[in-house]
Amino acid sequence: MAEYIVEKTKENLVYSKTPVLTDKVMHYCPGCSHGTIHKLIAEVIDEMGVQEKTIGVSPVGCSVFAYNYLNIDWIQAAHGRAAAVATAAHRLYPDKLVFTYQGDGDLAAIGTAESIHVCNRGESIAVFYVNNAIYGMTGGQMSPNTLIGMKTATCPYGRDPQLHGYPYKVANFVCQLPGVCYVTRQSVHTPAAVRKAKKAMRKALENSLAGKGLSFVEFVATCNSGWKMSPVQANKWMEENLVAEYPLGDIKDE
Amino acid sequence: MGEVKLMKGNEVIAEAAIRCGADGYFGYPITPQSEVMETLMERKPWETTGMVVVQAESEVSSINMVYGGAACGKKVMTSSSSPGISLMCEGLTYLAGAELPCVVVNVTRGGPGLGTIQPAQSDYNQAVKGGGHGDYKTIVLAPASVQEMHDFVFDAFDLAFKYRNPVMILSDGVIGQMMEKVELAEQRPRWTDEEVRQMNGSWATTGKTADRDYNIITSLELDPYAQEQFNYKIFEKYARCEAEEVRYEEYKCEDADYLIVAFGSSARICKETIEMARAEGYKVGLIRPITLWPFPSKKIAEVAAKTKGVLVAELNMGQMVDDVRLAVNGAVPVEHYGRTGGAVYSPDQVYEALKNKIIK
Amino acid sequence: MKQELIIAGFGGQGVLSTGKILAYSGMLQGYEVTWLPSYGPEMRGGTANVTVVVSDKPVSSPIVHKCDTVIVLNQQSLDKFEASVRPGGNLIYDTNGITTHPTRKDINIYTINATEECAKMGNARLFNTMILGGYLKVCPIVDMEYVKVGLKKSLPERAWKTLPANEQAILHGGEIITLVHKAE
Repeated sequence: MAEYIVEKTKENLVYSKTPVLTDKVMHYCPGCSHGTIHKLIAEVIDEMGVQEKTIGVSPVGCSVFAYNYLNIDWIQAAHGRAAAVATAAHRLYPDKLVFTYQGDGDLAAIGTAESIHVCNRGESIAVFYVNNAIYGMTGGQMSPNTLIGMKTATCPYGRDPQLHGYPYKVANFVCQLPGVCYVTRQSVHTPAAVRKAKKAMRKALENSLAGKGLSFVEFVATCNSGWKMSPVQANKWMEENLVAEYPLGDIKDE
Repeated sequence: MGEVKLMKGNEVIAEAAIRCGADGYFGYPITPQSEVMETLMERKPWETTGMVVVQAESEVSSINMVYGGAACGKKVMTSSSSPGISLMCEGLTYLAGAELPCVVVNVTRGGPGLGTIQPAQSDYNQAVKGGGHGDYKTIVLAPASVQEMHDFVFDAFDLAFKYRNPVMILSDGVIGQMMEKVELAEQRPRWTDEEVRQMNGSWATTGKTADRDYNIITSLELDPYAQEQFNYKIFEKYARCEAEEVRYEEYKCEDADYLIVAFGSSARICKETIEMARAEGYKVGLIRPITLWPFPSKKIAEVAAKTKGVLVAELNMGQMVDDVRLAVNGAVPVEHYGRTGGAVYSPDQVYEALKNKIIK
Repeated sequence: MKQELIIAGFGGQGVLSTGKILAYSGMLQGYEVTWLPSYGPEMRGGTANVTVVVSDKPVSSPIVHKCDTVIVLNQQSLDKFEASVRPGGNLIYDTNGITTHPTRKDINIYTINATEECAKMGNARLFNTMILGGYLKVCPIVDMEYVKVGLKKSLPERAWKTLPANEQAILHGGEIITLVHKAE
């Protein structure tokens, strides 16, 4: 097959990857929301010109390797402890921009205490919280956010509230805390949603730099592998089911 | 001569932290060490040196704040007592695995479980043998006086940064709660952010500048062969530490027919025992390990070989005695005497044990 | 010179601070000192005790089995610590509230009615310095000039206005302490 090489010029360049994203090939499954969210963070950091002053805190879970993809300094935290790690980084470098990137297993289950108290202390950091209602990395087990009736490896007959309790809406909880200035729920499953999500992320990072308090950005996201669906099916299922339980939009903006 | 004061061991930890230019303290209240954070909050170092003090929601959180602060290349520490240290053990292995420097103070109380709030030395194994999972070591310093509580904060930070590894000060309720004379060091300036960048910027998350690649602090490695190489590397570091950092106090060992090995507050009690024994004509000496890891095995073996027997006195059911037996390797009898659960022996009780078990 | 001392009583009676004033004064006079409190969940009303060692050599053990002097300020402490006095040593106690008195013959026994004196003077807060004064009369190990500084160093600045009254109480304590039994 012939190879066509188009020379990159000012005139024909319509898109280029931000240098805040590294050249490493992402390990995420095709159709996963993480890649898109990573790219948006990188773009916002680039556009704000804050690469040198940003410290990211990555979790345990699929996005543990976020540190391979964003060209910024990273601290990888123990499972659930990102909020505590970020607290110290923020207190010791109050002029830097500190954010955590966590999934629902990390933030809403094992890290519940740290996640609530970082909000309650009102640390001026941004929390990017990816909610796909399942444990991805360990192979699709139930998370606190798993929907009633949804099947996972540890609730193979569907989540039964008698056995497993109810989906946990962290955003609706933390919005009540005075230390939190901004709570929003976004998604990245359509171009329009991506544009809105990016705006929300920029606002969160700007709030942090301005010392306004904690900004909490939840992403209702897909895990097509864990859900055992194609990417297209997963997007559709997410819109119909997950978004119904976790409605999109701003919850608090002060 | 520096300022001389009468202070509690716990208060001195706080004072030394400020004076050595520490950047952050993250803690959670627990008896018998709560005076550490109370003193810091009263002193308000954020208004003077700029040191940050945070009361966390748990020990799990405070050790992870330490992890975050250490990742930033700053001098950070925490303190707790036994049950709290158990909660921190996850954090300690992550700190060792990510090669991060920090200082952790354990003002030990009696266990197991919630146990008592009275002094004990029953966290020896936890401190020296790891506590957390995986192949790693914690450098452990055991103070026996309020002055050493002060001095070891300085030493612990030096060792932590020299080896990029957690350093524990293993104290107990006696040393933490006791007041003694202490000479306080002059205030040292905290490192500026620029100094932190120059000294630790090659590995710490000081912010990715154009002159370097971005830094990642992590203990994760999916490739077992790469993890193996990493473990070899940190154990080379530990071997260096074993060669260079062993510390102990030798007391009346020159002519000793019998040897006591004891650390921390126990060593103080045993010195009195030695006076009693010598008054009755028994030549008894003491080795007080100051670094519990690296352990002064060579010194103990050398001195023990010239004696008729060794008594290991410790406030537990027998923990350091294992290390002493390994060091002595059967050359002379090694026996254990202990009280446990927060009960503390007096010098005459140790003397009784010495007579019953060693002198005979 | 080495003096090993236990002070015991109810929490809130000033047991720990009496020991602290003595330890601070001793340190200022150039002695080595240790001050080791019992510590527990009781802030008020429970029993508290403190072990103080004052010595002209470095103090090895801050924990003592038998001491030179025991000062007890309630019945429970008397019951518990009477046996801790070394033969020939001193037991000092306030008779207020004491129903079972000490019985040992091999120790010196002193009473000091500080509770009653303080009540007469209308200032219960001078209780512990009066007790200290009694002790210093029996064991004059620290000079009054250092005790005055030790007292000041042990009190928060807001309480410095009470220094003259406390100094008076120390002297008065020395006057009212009474030997009731001499060691046989």
